[in-house]
Parts: sequence; C-alpha cells; structure tokens
Amino acid sequence: MAETTFSIWRGDSGGGELQDFTTEVTEGMVVLDAVHQIQAESANDLAVRWNCKAGKCGSCSAEVNGNPRLMCMTRLSDLDLDEPVTIEPMKAFPVMRDLVTDVSWNYKVKKKIKKFKPRAPDSDDGTWRMVQDDIDRVQEFRKCIECYLCQDVCHVLREHHLHEEFAGPRFMVYSAALEMHPLDTEDRLADLKDDGGIGYCNITKCCTKVCPEGITITDNAIIPLKERVVDEHYDPLRKLFKIFRK
Amino acid sequence: MADRRTHEFDVLVIGAGGAGLRAAIEASSAGVKVGVVCKSLLGKAHTVMAEGGIAAAMANVDERDGWKVHFADTMRGGQYLSNPRMAELHAREAPDRVNELEAWGAVFDRTKDGRILQRNFGGHKYPRLAHVGDRTGLEMIRTLQDHSIHAGIDFLMEVTIIELLKDGDRVIGAFGYERELGRFHIIRCKAVILATGGIGRGFKITSNSWEYTGDGHALAFEAGAELIDMEFVQFHPTGMVWPPSVRGILVTEGVRGEGGVLRNSEGKRFMFDDIPDLYKDQTADNEEEGWRYTQGDRNARRPPELLTRDHVARCIVREIKEGRGSPHGGVFLDIAWIKERLPKGAEHIRRKLPSMYHQFKELAGIDITEEAMEVGPTTHYVMGGIRVDAESQMSTVPGLYAAGECAAGLHGANRLGGNSLSDLLVFGKRAGQHAARHAQEQGNGRIDGGDVQRASSRALAPFERDADGEGPFQIQYALQEMMQDLVGIVRNEDEMQRAAKGIAELRQRAEKVAVVGNREYNPGWHAALDLPNLFTVVEAITLSGIERKESRGAHFREDYPEKSDEFAKVNTTLRRAADGSIEVRREPVPALSEEQRQIIEEMK
Repeated sequence: MAETTFSIWRGDSGGGELQDFTTEVTEGMVVLDAVHQIQAESANDLAVRWNCKAGKCGSCSAEVNGNPRLMCMTRLSDLDLDEPVTIEPMKAFPVMRDLVTDVSWNYKVKKKIKKFKPRAPDSDDGTWRMVQDDIDRVQEFRKCIECYLCQDVCHVLREHHLHEEFAGPRFMVYSAALEMHPLDTEDRLADLKDDGGIGYCNITKCCTKVCPEGITITDNAIIPLKERVVDEHYDPLRKLFKIFRK
Repeated sequence: MADRRTHEFDVLVIGAGGAGLRAAIEASSAGVKVGVVCKSLLGKAHTVMAEGGIAAAMANVDERDGWKVHFADTMRGGQYLSNPRMAELHAREAPDRVNELEAWGAVFDRTKDGRILQRNFGGHKYPRLAHVGDRTGLEMIRTLQDHSIHAGIDFLMEVTIIELLKDGDRVIGAFGYERELGRFHIIRCKAVILATGGIGRGFKITSNSWEYTGDGHALAFEAGAELIDMEFVQFHPTGMVWPPSVRGILVTEGVRGEGGVLRNSEGKRFMFDDIPDLYKDQTADNEEEGWRYTQGDRNARRPPELLTRDHVARCIVREIKEGRGSPHGGVFLDIAWIKERLPKGAEHIRRKLPSMYHQFKELAGIDITEEAMEVGPTTHYVMGGIRVDAESQMSTVPGLYAAGECAAGLHGANRLGGNSLSDLLVFGKRAGQHAARHAQEQGNGRIDGGDVQRASSRALAPFERDADGEGPFQIQYALQEMMQDLVGIVRNEDEMQRAAKGIAELRQRAEKVAVVGNREYNPGWHAALDLPNLFTVVEAITLSGIERKESRGAHFREDYPEKSDEFAKVNTTLRRAADGSIEVRREPVPALSEEQRQIIEEMK
C-alpha cells in the first residue's frame, strides 16, 4: 500500500512545531499504529501515551486533523491520505512532550468530589437490591474511560482556561453517576454549583459529540444536574420554605 | 542531586491494577503509610481490559453453587497443579470481595429480584461471573480507583521501578524513574507488594499492552525470590485476527457464554469433535442442549465452546493447521445466529456485548449482529509467577509480597475465565493486610548507596552507547517473533532449545542497544529498560517448558502429547543460582487436606 505523510507535533512546554514523517500504510491501520511505526522506524523518542489499543483505557487521546480522537480507534481508511495527516496533543492541557499532555488537573478535580456514600444495606447479609431499569442511566455514565476528550473540546476549558472555576464535562458525568446512583445518600448539589461551576456550561453539546463511548453527556448528565441545582438553590418557593423552617 | 526524588512509605505497592489497588486500600485501612507506583496513569492498568466478569460463588442465579463447587472447578481447570489452600481461600472469599465492590459504588448488572447477576463462563459449573455487560474490568478498576483516592494513599503516576533494594535478606526499598522528566525515584519502605501483572509482551500476538514486560516477575527473581509454573502461559482462544493491526485484541469469552458458537470454514461446530475425558460428563453432546444451557436451562450441560481455554485454543489451532480455517488464519465465532432463536436477537447482542459490538464495528468494519467474527488464539495471561505463601502472599524473600497475575499458585496449569478478577481482589486484600502487619513489626532498613549508584548507572547506560547501535524496539520485536514461533501454543524440545539459544544471543545484542533523545518522556529509553525484564521471563518460560516433558493444561508438547504421572504432582520451580544461572527444580504440589480431597472426589 501507499506511503503516507504524517505531520506530528513535536516539542515540550517551551514550544514546538509540526514535523513530517512518512511511513507505509497497510490495511486496517489506525492512527496509533502509524505513530508506533514511525516511533520504531525513525523517531524512537517520539512521546505518545497509550495502553490498551482497543478503545477501553482512554490513554491515547490526541487531535487528529484537528478533531479530538482516540488514536487507537481512528482508522486511517476513514481519513484523506492524499493530504498529510496532522496529529497534535490535546489543547486543553499543558504539553509534557510531543503528543503527551499533563492531565493531572483532572485527578485533582475528581478528588474534590464527595465520594460514594451508600444507604444501609437492604438485606441482613449486607447486600442491596436494585432493579436493572433503575441503574441503566448510571451504567451509561460509568462507561466513561476517562480519555478527557470531552474536557479537551469544552470551550470553557479549551478557550477560556477556566480550570479553576469549572470541573468540565467529565466531572459532570462523574457527579451525575454518583447523584443518580440508587444507593447513594450524599448531596453534591451545592458543590456542583460552587466548586464545580456547573453554570458555566451553556449546552453546546461539543462534549457529547466527541465522546468515544457515546455517552449522552449533555442531555443525560449535565442538564438533569442543572435542573436539580436550580430546584435546590433557585426555586423561590423552596427558598421561602427554608426561611420558615429556620 | 536534582535528578533524584526520595519517598518514604511503610508499604510500597508496585502496580495499580485490581490487585495493587485492592492491596493498597487494605494496607492503608490498617493505618500504615502507603504509596502506589503505577507505570501508566491511574485507572489505565490492564484490568480495564477484562471483559467477562468476576467469578464468585454467590449463588444468585443458581442456588446449587457454593465455594466447594468453585474450589473443585478451579482445581480441575488447573489440572490439579494449583495450590489447594489458595484455591480454597479464593473460592471462600470471592463473594465477600464482590459485595464489597458494590458497597464502594460498583454497579453490576442485576437479576430480576435485584441482586447481582451472574453469567456462564468456561469451566465454571454454574453461572458464576458477576459482570457489567462486557466491561467488568473497567467497572472494577474505576470502583477501586475512586475508593482509593479518598483513602490517604500516595500515587506516583508514570513511574517505573527497575530495581528492588535490599538490606541483607530483606526488601527495604525500590529504585525507579519517572516518565515525564526522567528523574530517578528512590523509595524507602518496610514492605513491597508486587502487583505488576503479566508478561504478554514476550510474544508477538498478545492482548496485553506495552506495560506487560514481566517487571514484577523479574524484580522478584533478581531479588532472590522463586518463580513457579512459568511454562503455563494462557493463550486465550479468541483474539481478533483481522485486520493485521488489531491482531491479538481480545474477544471476550462472554460471547460464547451468551450463545456464540465456533465454526470452521465448512460451517461445522468443530468443538464437538474432541471433548476431554475430564469434562465428558459436564459437556453437552448436541447443539440443542448446549443452546439450552446458555439460556439458563439448569438441566442442560454446557456447550463444548465453554470448555477450558487451553483446550479451545488447541482445537482452533488444529482446525487452522488442517486447512479448515477462516480467510485470515482464524476460525469463525458466530453470535449473530442467535437471532434465529431469540426475538430481538440483534438488540440482545448489543446490550449484552456492547464493547465487542463497538470494537468490531470500529476496528474491523464488521457488524457482529449480522456476521461471524474471525478469531484465533492470543497470548493473554501467565499462570506462573512469584511463589507465595497462600495465606499471606509473601514470597520467599522477607518483606516482599506479590498478588494478582505476577503471583502464582491459584491457577495451576490453566486459569478459568473470571478467576483472574476474583484473584486480584481476594489476594490483593490479603497481601495488603499482611504487608501492613509486616511493616508495623519491622524497623527501617538501610539503603546501600552503592546499590543506588549501580542501578542508576545501569539505567543511563543506553544513552552512553554508540548512537549507531541497534534500537530497543527491533530487539523487542525479534524476541516476540521468536517466542511466538518457538515457545507458543504447540511446543517441542528442539524448538525450545533453539529459543533458549536465541534468547542468549538477543540478550547480547540488547547489551549494545543505544537510545536517542534525552530523558524526558522517551519511549525508546523506557523500552530499553524493559528489555532485561522481558529476557528474564521468556528465559524462565522456556526453561520451565523444557523441564516439563508432558502436555498438561496450557503447556502442550507435540513430542510428549500425553499427561505423565511423573509430572502430575510437581510445580516447576526456578531460582537464580549464585553463579548467575537459573536453577530449575521440581517441587511437590502442596498436599490436599482431607476435606479438600473429599470435595474434589464428590464433584468429579
């Protein structure tokens, strides 16, 4: 098969540029295969983060021809190979080296979210009972592989760099999975409003579009959470009720 | 020195998959200071790839199940080379470990009465695998991860340990490097738990990621610990075979558990052709009965597709060798056919096997609800590993513990599907508990500056070599290719001897490997540092394979195709001898207790 050119961003936190590499493309190859081939053939020190190579671990996130993608799930046959294929690191996070970014901020955000707190077990043997219908939604959220492509594409983080104010779509989904868990008894709504900055999301649905797991982030997680926050904190009747209760 | 960071913990856990995280949680709950080193980012370990489920005799779906049945199934599956005490502890404790995950937020699929649903899997008599569709490993690792970040544990992400540090006989620390800046990390501790997973990168076709270079096996071995059962490498029967770039990626056994069947190019269900005596009474002899089993008929016996992995893999190899394979050198795995039996069959497949549907659709352009998949064996798991005490998981070196895939004893000659995730939980917890206790009883050891100096010189050597030397990736590929060809699913004396020689030659070439670039996030350098570990494990596999002159479980020799009484009750045991060579000997398998013997007898 044909030789194809890949323009790969190389550099570190001090800056960098696109560098062209040519390698042979064979049937069924994905972008990550091309990167590995180039790494083995002509750039042993080309930095790339990956693990499972099957779309399950969420490590190899990057921007392919400007689109946030998992490199292991992007087939070359779906791209126009007459033009160079551009591969760049995610833009919402600081670059470490080449295609690898520093995603540690995500780990810090997650740690601040209150952990799962189950109700007392339903049965004497310490177990619970849940109906499948009641957990379908939570299971959808729990499919998340933490690739952070939703964070990468979110304009609040990508363009406005409001990492201190807004937790980002990943952690809206994470919070939703906890809040909608049938066994959970914790209340995270005030935190979502203040620390999480849920109000910053203006529902452009970019995150939903890039999610490789097909999680309906905006409609199923963020909007219901926004509604709960509004009900809890902005409902005038409820506010009045709270005053009288005091 | 600016390029060094130091840390101090009571317990250091190396590896952040299921076993490492479970161990860390347990050790931390005992009140000691715990650090976890992960080779990748937290939450990305190979556990995430586990699909089918966690084996635990909770008896939620079939009340006839119980720990005794699970114990007997595990012993039978391991061809009676398992450590019976480990098999018993595993069977007894797995249900509690699963329920504990639910208490920490895991959301398993449910039975109609709201309990944790369990599915059928190869070698398990009753539906036993707690699962979440076909992404159980993700559920497990995320649950452990999200629980552990609130447990006061320190995580060192993207750090690789390349040497254990000792004070006399005791392990008292570790030396490693971080990927980001290439700085060295020196960790002082009172106990180390190895939870580094497997060795899949020793072979060309594998379901394992770049990380699985046998680090824990090699670290322990070089620190004086013993390895056992290394000849037993599990080749999972169903990996993807086409297109080439996805070759080896796992196709879950859950496909067969849900009614998927294996066919050859003539459309024949070839698994009916060869059913081993050990399983004759438990296996359906006609298609109808097999189908009824997968649909929950309690009086039906399981279809031959659900025989143990070693056997299914060999049958697939036979079909391919005899010219009845699929176009790309595999066989056909068909789940689409269940549409003939189930209304809304396509929807059912997508719901029960969502990630398989996704994986084939995206990577191979195949809709598994319409077409059969092409599958073939892929290197998946190593039953062998660090020899540990059944109760405490301590190796033969004081202060050094091991849990999960890098430890050995539970699975014997062949692991049953689903027994890995439960292994991680049961023995991860035990390792954490005992390592914490050990740490509480011990004072600090003294790190020898000379050891640290030697480790750092060794680590930096590839930068100092002639840049025209061979690159690390070429050596790794050559090694993988050779092991696949000579020490793969079907083995013989001549080929394994050639492999032993080949390993020695490649090792010499590896000593000249040069890397380019600098120390910051340099995959070439990392690959060069992984090479010595790979050499240690492939040599262990090859020497153990030569030693066992019989066919049993995952170890199949065409020059000794039968089981032999001589090897029926011994574990191949390896130790680094004083002269640097590997000493191979046979150790008797630990004896069964009277109760265990009776259980096995009753369940025959």
